[in-house]
This record gives sequence, C-alpha cells and structure tokens, in this order.
Amino acid sequence: MKYQRVAITEQAKKIVKKLKKEHGDLIFHQSGGCCDGSAPMIFEKGDMYLDESDILLGKLEGVNYYMNQDQFEYWKHTHLTIDITKGRGSSFSLEIPLGIRFIIQSRILTEEENKALNP
Amino acid sequence: MSYTKPKFKEAYGNFINGQFVDPVGGEYFENNSPIDNTLIAKYARSKKEDVDNAVAAANAAKEAWGNTSVTERAAMLNKVADIIEANLEEFALVETCDNGKPIRETINADIPLAIDHWRYFAAVIRAEEGSATELDANTLSMNIKEPLGVVAQIIPWNFPLLMLSWKLPPALAAGNCVVLKPAEQTPATATLLMEKIADVFPPGVVNIIHGFGPEAGKPLASHSKVDKVAFTGETTTGQLIMQYASKNLNPVTMELGGKSPNIFFNSVMDEDDAFLDKAIEGAVLFAFNQGEVCTCPSRLLVQEDIYDAFMERVIARTNAIIQDNPYNANTMVGAQASNDQYEKILSYIKIGKEEGAKVLTGGEACKLEGDFANGFYIQPTILEGHNKMRIFQEEIFGPVLAVTKFKDEADAIAIANDTLYGLGAGVWTRDAHQLYQIPRAIKAGRVWVNCYHAYPAHAPFGGYKKSGFGRENHLMMMNHYRQTKNMLISYDKNKLGFF
Repeated sequence: MKYQRVAITEQAKKIVKKLKKEHGDLIFHQSGGCCDGSAPMIFEKGDMYLDESDILLGKLEGVNYYMNQDQFEYWKHTHLTIDITKGRGSSFSLEIPLGIRFIIQSRILTEEENKALNP
Repeated sequence: MSYTKPKFKEAYGNFINGQFVDPVGGEYFENNSPIDNTLIAKYARSKKEDVDNAVAAANAAKEAWGNTSVTERAAMLNKVADIIEANLEEFALVETCDNGKPIRETINADIPLAIDHWRYFAAVIRAEEGSATELDANTLSMNIKEPLGVVAQIIPWNFPLLMLSWKLPPALAAGNCVVLKPAEQTPATATLLMEKIADVFPPGVVNIIHGFGPEAGKPLASHSKVDKVAFTGETTTGQLIMQYASKNLNPVTMELGGKSPNIFFNSVMDEDDAFLDKAIEGAVLFAFNQGEVCTCPSRLLVQEDIYDAFMERVIARTNAIIQDNPYNANTMVGAQASNDQYEKILSYIKIGKEEGAKVLTGGEACKLEGDFANGFYIQPTILEGHNKMRIFQEEIFGPVLAVTKFKDEADAIAIANDTLYGLGAGVWTRDAHQLYQIPRAIKAGRVWVNCYHAYPAHAPFGGYKKSGFGRENHLMMMNHYRQTKNMLISYDKNKLGFF
C-alpha cells in the first residue's frame, strides 16, 4: 500500500527486534485513558484477546499494531510514529524493564493520505 | 519556607508476611526523583516467585484475619490513620520527592485525605449491619457478609499514598488479606508506610510487592490463588487484567481514567463576586497535581456569550501559577512524575498545535534553573480548539487544558458526552434548574456541581463507559470486596410432605 497509518523509528525498531528475540511473536496495542494511557504497549502475541473491534493500523517490524475501534474513530485522521524515550512507565508492556518506554509521535494525515486511508 | 530532599536507605525489599524481605532473584531497580532526576533509592525488582510468596503469605493469614471482629479491625485501621497523622510531614516530603508534586499539595491534600480514608472505613464497619427478612411466619432469610479472601491491588503513581489508601482500607475492613503492587515510578510512600505500621496487622494481612508490570504486575493480576483484582490505570492494562480474571472467574474493579468536561454556563458571570472567583479557580484546577489526575478537568466548555470575558480571567489566573522547586511551600505546580510522561505531554501539545488548536497560554516545557534543570516540568497550557481534536479526546495527564465554546444546554451536553470516558465532570451555574438537570444528563460517575476536585471519603467515586466500574471511597466499595452468605432458616417443625 502506498500510504501507511503508522511508522517506526530506527531506535524503536532495535528494541522491537530485541524483544522479539526474547519473547517471540509480539503485538502492539494502543492504550487510552489514565496514567500510562495514550501509549503504545507491546505484548506477546496471544496475550491480549483481540477481535473485530480491534483495528489493525499496520505492521511494524513484523509486529501488528492494533487500536480499539472506538478510539480509532477519534484518531483516524492522524499518522502515528512509534518511537522510544527513557522512562519508567507502568503497565504490562514488555519494554518497561529495559528502562525505556514506547511513545507515539503524531501528525495529521495529508489530504492525499486521508483520501486513500479514510475513503 | 522550603524543604530539602529527604534521606533514604540504599535499598528496600518487599514487605511480605510482616517483614521486609529481599527479592528472591536479588535484583533491584533504581527509582529517581522527577524533581531533579537524582536517585532516591533502589527497590525490589520482584518476579513471579516473589509474588507467589506474597500470595502464599496472604492465603495463610486469611482465615484468621477474616474471623477477627470488626472491633479489632476498626481499631487497627484507626491506628494506621494515627501513625500517618503523627508523621504527616515525613510522608508529605517523601511523596513530593518521589512523585514531583508540590509540598503544599502533599501536606494539605494527599496525606490528610489518605488519613481520612482509613478512618472512614474504620467507622463504616462499626456502623453497618447485615440484613434479615422474614419470608413467612417460619422462614428467615439472613444475609451475612463474608470476605473474599485474598485481594490483589495494582495502583498508579499520581497519588501514591492516597491511591493506596483508597484501596487498602475497604479490602482490609471487609476482612481480606491484600497483596498490593505500587507503581514502579512511585514505590516510596508505600514502603515508608510499611516501615511505620509493620506491627499493626498480623503477618500476611498486608503485603507490598515492588517491581515492573510485566514481571510482577502480570503474575499478581493473573494469580490463581487470588480472589479479586482491583486496578487503577489505563484501558489496555484494564482489558488484560479482566482477561486474566476471567480465567480465574474472579471479580474485578477498574478505574481507567477519563477526559472530564468542566462546563461553565453564562450565569456564572452574572455577578463579579466570590462565586465567580471560585468558578475561575474551578477552571484553573486543570493544573492541579500537574494535571496527573484521572478526573483532571481537561476539557473546558464555556458558553459562547461569556467566552471572551471568562477566558481572559482564566488565562490571567493560569499565568499567576507559581511553578518552581516542589519543595518550596508556595510552589503550586511541580514536576511531571517521569520522563516518559513529560515526553508524552509534549507530543500532545505538538499534535494539538498541528490540528489547529490555538495556544492561549503556555505550550512549552518549563525550564527551571540549577538542580531542577534535569527535572520534568511543563508549563500550564491552554489550547483552544474543538471536541474532535485528539487533545479533547485523550487524557494527556499533564497540565494541559483544551477549551471550546458551546451555544446552549443541548450543545453543552452533546459535547460533554462525546467521549469514550465517563469518570468526572464539572457543572457551574447559578441557574437552579441547570444545577440538577445538566448533571443528570452527563454520563459520568461523579459530577461536581459548583465545585471540582473534591474527593471526600463518604462520596462514591467511579466510572461510566470506558472509565471502568466499582465505587470507591464509600461503603459501596465494601461489597466489591465481599460476598454475601445467605442463610435460609426454617423454623417450621413440619416436613414438606413430598417424600
């Protein structure tokens, strides 16, 4: 596909590779709400129950990135890039023991992207 | 008046079975202060084996604890309150150091509220009663409340001791043993509390496990020897915990945040009086606790005919906020709790600007001088936009207010309810009809009417929609930690006659 909703930075790719080596197949899920919400979280594939209410935003380093459809309705006009930052988030996301946290940088989809992705 | 960073030991273990123990694997993690990003102390990096030990200690203690009298349990809860009160300043200072919030707030809000929650539940169990109903002349239905057994609790980092004090007292008062995991960003006051109250409860009744979510939180939430899980946090972890609980057929309670609307009708500006002054402060409460509150009034809805005049005063009051060294007694806004939060908040301000929101004030990181240059400070920020923007839909958990106008009551209600969440809301008006009708129309568990950010014990608190379920801070929470034993007693000497 010419246009993508999601991307990943080089430094975040390295962490994903490292976690895959340790844990096997993984998924990203975009959290919402309080505290450590609004952050992408990474889990072993199969740990989180997913169904048709979870929208597949794209695949990054072989890892599917999902968001709940209710949240997607409010987010779908934005492009998300997964990056990392130093920090100690709580949650069950697998990178936390490494002392880093996945974070998203967002931008508005261009008109062309928006036409293609949100017809 | 100013305080300085308190002294800590080099390392702290877990509190299991009435004593501090090293983690089985011998690993610790470093916990830094967000005020200046310097080391506080090392805390146990627990794994499944540590969780197993804590859960086993709680299970070993549950029968005896569940059979203690309410008189004894209430006395112990009151003792905890007395101990915190006697050491209020020490708790406040440690909390400020660990979380980054100003000392003014920990001394006057966090710690006094925490104390009161212990006392409230001590009082509740002395006053409440079970029930009995005479179903017919010879049949009595009697309801006895029994504890669940062992409760797992996972709490967040925004009000560390207060969240602990929302969770522990009702579970203990109900006769349960608890394994509680504080957030890895803020393990300090839970540890201090265990040091101070080590001898209050029998061993195994209260257990504290430190560590990371995937390594310690998940084994605790999914543990088969736990009878209930209570969680405060965000939606994805909430879903995972419910999944794990479903495997054990365990009940759960969840508090998952919100995006709370704070609504100001035009009548607030009918007079320039004390009430208007209170209302302006009510709008500026978005900056309270650096915005790190599940019910942060982060969406400001102002009626269009007063919008300009009202916002002028809100901006002026926001600009008067003192953001400085959190140990200074006059500092109003301190540091965000961690670097990743700081980065996340800045990324939200950026996308807000890109979506076309207008910066009315703030909009940048706040650079403090000297030792504090390495801390995580964000300027109180007001962004003007519309409700479909991401900054209006996601809990930023920073001192960032998203403001928009509304036309009339219907418009205000529509905007207020256009959110996935339903935890808190504020309604400000001098109109007696609106005072009742607007709160009733808002889909949220707590609507503050002509006030905001009050969290007294005795007023139930909890979410609608994706904000979760369960009602804390109230007698109602007791039933989330108990089951009902129904004894159906026949006083009839005669047989049924079937066989």
